[in-house]
Amino acid sequence: MTLAPGMRVRVRDDWPETRGTCHIRTPHYLRGERGVVLAWLGEFPNPEDAAFARPAAETPLYHVRFDQPSLWGQGTPGDAVVAEIFGHWLEEADT
Amino acid sequence: MSQELPRDTRPRAHHDLGGAPKYMCMPVDTEPHVLSAFDKDVDAIRQILGDKEIMSTDELRRGIEAIPETDYHRLTYYQRWLRSITDTLLRKGVLTEAELRAALGA
Amino acid sequence: MSLLEADSDRLLAALRGLLAEKGIASAEEIAATVSATDAATPAQGARMVAKAWTDAAFRTFMLADGTRAATSLGIPMRGLPPLGVLENTPRMHHLVVCTLCSCYPRAVLGYPPFWYKSAAYRARAVRDPRGLLAEWGTTLPAGVQLTVVDSTASYRWMVLPLRPAATAGWSEAELAGVVRPGDMIGVTVPTV
Repeated sequence: MTLAPGMRVRVRDDWPETRGTCHIRTPHYLRGERGVVLAWLGEFPNPEDAAFARPAAETPLYHVRFDQPSLWGQGTPGDAVVAEIFGHWLEEADT
Repeated sequence: MSQELPRDTRPRAHHDLGGAPKYMCMPVDTEPHVLSAFDKDVDAIRQILGDKEIMSTDELRRGIEAIPETDYHRLTYYQRWLRSITDTLLRKGVLTEAELRAALGA
Repeated sequence: MSLLEADSDRLLAALRGLLAEKGIASAEEIAATVSATDAATPAQGARMVAKAWTDAAFRTFMLADGTRAATSLGIPMRGLPPLGVLENTPRMHHLVVCTLCSCYPRAVLGYPPFWYKSAAYRARAVRDPRGLLAEWGTTLPAGVQLTVVDSTASYRWMVLPLRPAATAGWSEAELAGVVRPGDMIGVTVPTV
């Protein structure tokens, strides 16, 4: 699935940390949150495997924008957080 | 001071610090800190290991994240790097425990 | 594992010895790497900013491909993570953080500052960015929005700050002289 700029997405609300040792580059505070794709940043070896010297598939990386006050219930309207999120952590969101 | 959210009770790993309530009222030390020879040597070793494809940035990060929480916050930045580098090289068999023990004892 | 808990200075000495014995990293290689790393200073980033302020084509180039733009100025980028550049505008200010560790645009800014690597910075940047900027005495003008960029994966990010007023006619070198490391992370703005 390729995500295009402007597409609304949701970060999967998954917690691999609860299932064993892992290395995840999706910050906890974005899990389950909705955002908008800003750009495709390229493909990079999946850090979740590279961190353990396992074969790491080239994985699409996206720049995704999140409304900052919505994350915390406080903040200045219009402020945002943007993060690099790997494609397998993103789902298309309906709204 | 931030109110606690449901998010604040979710199982975040201890290195995953974005918005962590414990630090929200902590002032930032904005003063410049000079790097020591120890710091620069550890940094250089990590670069050499990366350039020679012996240890990647991903492996360095994993090794740091594996440091128990109390030690993670007690160690300095480059002490964490050194522990991660040592841990990773041992796991990959680049060094053996026996070698390291002997080198420490020397 | 108790070996990992050895005194850090002893552990470093032991590691240095073993890496030299195994031909992985000699003392000379380590020293040369330290020297090369010392040569990567925020002046490199400041040069890029000053050029972007005075050369519209370079500005476009830098925003589209920070890595190639840095390379074009002789800044070594080979084998290093891609560089992304965040453009501040009169309505948008950017702040860079790595909440998960300390990813920093080292190729153009040198070693990350102590504060950038601190738990307080990493925690507060995404949740209270404006309160965090106040630690540096930075207040954004009314109507300016703030975008916090969390360096979570493969890129390293730097800010292209706004050119201060009252610098008309300045040379690139003079302009580079007013650009501080904090300006290129977003905790401060260049002033004259």
